[in-house]
Amino acid sequence: MTAPTAAGCAAPDQAAPLPASLDLEKETVITGQVLAESGEVVPGAYVRLLDSTGEFTAEVVTSPAGQFRFFAAPGSWTLRALSRHGNGDTAVTATRGINEVTVTVAA
Amino acid sequence: MSRDTALVSAEWAEKNIDAPGVVFVEVDEDTSAYDTGHIAGAIKLDWRTDLQDPVRRDFLDKAQFETLLSERGIANDDAVILYGGNNNWFAAYAYWYFKLYGHRDVKLLDGGRKKWELDARPLVTDKVERPATQYVAQEPDLSIRAFRDEVVDAIGTKNLVDVRSPDEYAGRLLAPAHLPQEQAQRAGHVPTAISVPWSKAANEDGTFKSDDELRRIYAAAGLDDSKETIAYCRIGERSSHSWFVLQELLGHRNVKNYDGSWTEYGSLIGVPIALGDEPGEA
Repeated sequence: MTAPTAAGCAAPDQAAPLPASLDLEKETVITGQVLAESGEVVPGAYVRLLDSTGEFTAEVVTSPAGQFRFFAAPGSWTLRALSRHGNGDTAVTATRGINEVTVTVAA
Repeated sequence: MSRDTALVSAEWAEKNIDAPGVVFVEVDEDTSAYDTGHIAGAIKLDWRTDLQDPVRRDFLDKAQFETLLSERGIANDDAVILYGGNNNWFAAYAYWYFKLYGHRDVKLLDGGRKKWELDARPLVTDKVERPATQYVAQEPDLSIRAFRDEVVDAIGTKNLVDVRSPDEYAGRLLAPAHLPQEQAQRAGHVPTAISVPWSKAANEDGTFKSDDELRRIYAAAGLDDSKETIAYCRIGERSSHSWFVLQELLGHRNVKNYDGSWTEYGSLIGVPIALGDEPGEA
């Protein structure tokens, strides 16, 4: 049974489709994959969304297909991925709607 | 309290997995991570279905907590080692909860699941069952739990620490950015609350920063040690993490966690709200 409390703060399944109720006219979605240098996808990587000052905003764990997703706001963000295969950063300037980004990690 | 009494390292945990009287407990909001692999012998607690009342918006009362721990096989004299995903947010919430009901020996695993995984330490999928116990909880220690009226009264008088991200504090986001932003409540923060995101207290691998670093962070943010402190976030789990830092690692006294947090405060009629990056006026 699911308790009717306020929705929690845990990251949802990163492979799940976007909720049908989501309004992409309003939401700024930053989504993509974490790849190793070889081009292979990296599941189980920790991806952090850092704001324009470098401050932590959120973190998710990539899906079996290496996917991640954030709901942010328009502006400058940095994605930082940590994994057993190494770490990597990618800068993104997000606008409303879906913003696709790839983060490559290297030891 | 101090680091020695409140925290264990991953090295210690791996060596003590089979130690008698030590119970590992994984705490998450979404326990699918536990099901795909957990520390050997660890039981799971689901933040939402195990630790919240199924009807009222509140957590378990004393009798419900006793039933839960008895069923799961946790005894009063067990050493409980809590860990979880999301940088130990929900594990820290459970730590606060175990303290509230007077459990004697409870510690957090430094770095939680993330550090454990990044270190490539073993996880297993074995089903874990422990024999039932007769757990007896203490009356709730309300010296570590704040309610909404105390928060309103604390404006301009006590330390209010908003531990959400800067964009949530300022009102530019309503939820952490891994969640959709449509929410019922108003955006912003409690006037006079200082912004000290929970993440400032943690390293990238989820472990806590050193005591000296932690002291500097809160001093630089303007926390007045001589006053009582109330920490809040959106639903009370990130602020449990900061409550843990202030009271259990740094040994501050009179620190409360406001578990109603912004989902309650931001929905109240008539309470003051400040917008933007500054604390605002009382």
